[in-house]
Amino acid sequence: MNFAMTFRIAYRALGRNKMRSGLTMLGIIIGVGAVIAMIAIGSGAKARIQEQIASMGSNLLIVLSGSATSGGFRWGSGSVPTLTVEDAKAIASELSAVKYAAPVLQGVTQVVFGNQNWSTITFASTPEALLIRDWPIARGREITPSDLEGAAKVCLLGQTVVENLFGDLDPVGQVVRVRQFPFTVVGVLSGKGQTTWGQDQDDVVYVPLTTGQRLLFGQQFPGMVRSISVQATGPDTMNLAEDQITQLLRQRHRIRATQDNDFTVRNLTEALSTAEESARVMSLLLGAIASISLLVGGIGIMNIMLVSVTERTREIGIRMAVGARGRDILYQFLIEALVLSLIGGLIGIIIGVGASKLISQFFKWPTLISINALFLSFSFAGGVGIFFGFYPARTAAKLDPIEALRYE
Amino acid sequence: MSELIRVEHLVKTYYLGEVQVPALKGVDLTIQTGEFVAIMGASGSGKSTFMNIIGCLDRPTQGHYYIEGTDISGLSKDQLAQIRNKKIGFVFQSFNLLSRTSALENVELPLFYNGSSARERRQRALEALTNVGLQGREHHFPSQLSGGQQQRVAIARSLVNRPSLILADEPTGNLDTRTSLENMDIFQKLNQAAQITIILVTHEPDIAKYAERHVVFRDGKIIQDTRIKPLQAAEDLARMPATEDEAHP
Repeated sequence: MNFAMTFRIAYRALGRNKMRSGLTMLGIIIGVGAVIAMIAIGSGAKARIQEQIASMGSNLLIVLSGSATSGGFRWGSGSVPTLTVEDAKAIASELSAVKYAAPVLQGVTQVVFGNQNWSTITFASTPEALLIRDWPIARGREITPSDLEGAAKVCLLGQTVVENLFGDLDPVGQVVRVRQFPFTVVGVLSGKGQTTWGQDQDDVVYVPLTTGQRLLFGQQFPGMVRSISVQATGPDTMNLAEDQITQLLRQRHRIRATQDNDFTVRNLTEALSTAEESARVMSLLLGAIASISLLVGGIGIMNIMLVSVTERTREIGIRMAVGARGRDILYQFLIEALVLSLIGGLIGIIIGVGASKLISQFFKWPTLISINALFLSFSFAGGVGIFFGFYPARTAAKLDPIEALRYE
Repeated sequence: MSELIRVEHLVKTYYLGEVQVPALKGVDLTIQTGEFVAIMGASGSGKSTFMNIIGCLDRPTQGHYYIEGTDISGLSKDQLAQIRNKKIGFVFQSFNLLSRTSALENVELPLFYNGSSARERRQRALEALTNVGLQGREHHFPSQLSGGQQQRVAIARSLVNRPSLILADEPTGNLDTRTSLENMDIFQKLNQAAQITIILVTHEPDIAKYAERHVVFRDGKIIQDTRIKPLQAAEDLARMPATEDEAHP
């Protein structure tokens, strides 16, 4: 008795009781569908976080000015500028683990164009700042080193600022007022979307560092910057870069061994990795819960197969009388269970993929369907079929032919 | 004539808890190839137990059973299944066809278990159905056939593997007289034309008359073993008045 024939017998046996086979399959369909949809939701969340990590710029470190203490009252990070433009230059040129470093001044400013105005964050920095964040220009040109040298009154606008001030108008070449000073818009940044914590990254204006120092910020502490953005040479050198920056700045700021740092080095990628890890755990959890429904579906198969074996005792007796061996009967019922679970698995895949699409369509929740998840849940369904089909099949195979033939 | 079946001092005892129930108490019997034997006896006489052992569905507690020289007492369950498949055809009182399965597929069933190709299965099943006069009804389900036709499907199924022995257990028990005769006619023809050995279990003396040898069981032993001149079912059929069925087919 070969496999194809056993398969055909199983298929026909299931076809004889369509309603029952369908309901039994439903358990597996829901199980597999749920596993796929849940994994898709989890992977979607994970992918979104990874996208944000990428949008933030890779291997990013931020050095913040230290906190000030006045009369026992401590201010937050960056409250007193302790970092200088020279510090940034030293970090960029002296440290082996650092690719780029950009000094940054920033502040909330009112930007005006025509009769429109918009409050946004203005960053004053060097051209490297955009390289570090891996942030290309959508239209127009970048801020050039000569803009920096000449303290040119030029600016780059983020997408959100463009939308709010210009609407459909092309902003490149127009003049906007930032804190009363006229700036020519030379370029528009490409869209980056929101950060994990919901901050709009496109709500920004970039101006050259020198212009910012002279006109917008820094009059209080000349030569000082609020923070330094740093890009390490690779993901492996993040910790090394952090150590090197700390050492260099302690040395440059002449901080004695007993004193605390007057700056803070932050690893933003690390924070997001934690978010990514929690998304992964969520995805795993959702998958595990969905797997339970698949398991319940398997118990349904076992239940129906046991009923089927009892009902078909006489058929088993007839088959044995005409020469079926125990294992022929075992395979027959095992394959029946397997066919149930695999067809259920296939339909479940279709339903799961459909449900994922619906979820992203209607709830705007990102979903990601991986081929691996499809294979995994399909083979899991097959495994469930074999596991839960085995006991009923063995019961059938062990029947005594004489008693099976006499069974009413 | 060669020896097909030899049974030596066959003993079968059932154990129901503590109680021992002897079903066969030492049976000796030899059946030659081509014989048509009727096994008779009241219920509880041991004839069913004897048939189960002859049919390789059960094994004796003691004694030996040789079929074509093979001692089945020492064979495994799987080996017994193979002997049932190759050497024995079963016909039961209640037909025992698979429901919702066409006549053709019912007849093909034994061939599923010996690795015949699909073409061979189909060809031999059609041949067997033609042999019992059921050509044209291959695709009917058992529920669409009369009792006599169902029993003929069962006979075709028992024939399909070209067995050396057909075991018929009360094959006419559920049939009316005329259909019974028609089926006995088929058995006789198979026996005479193809030299297939037939063992018929029955408690109806009228049916036993078509067999050439009568073996009677009582209390687990053979009490009588006689040869007679059998009646011919075909002649008796010809003498019966035509039924409406036949008058208006």
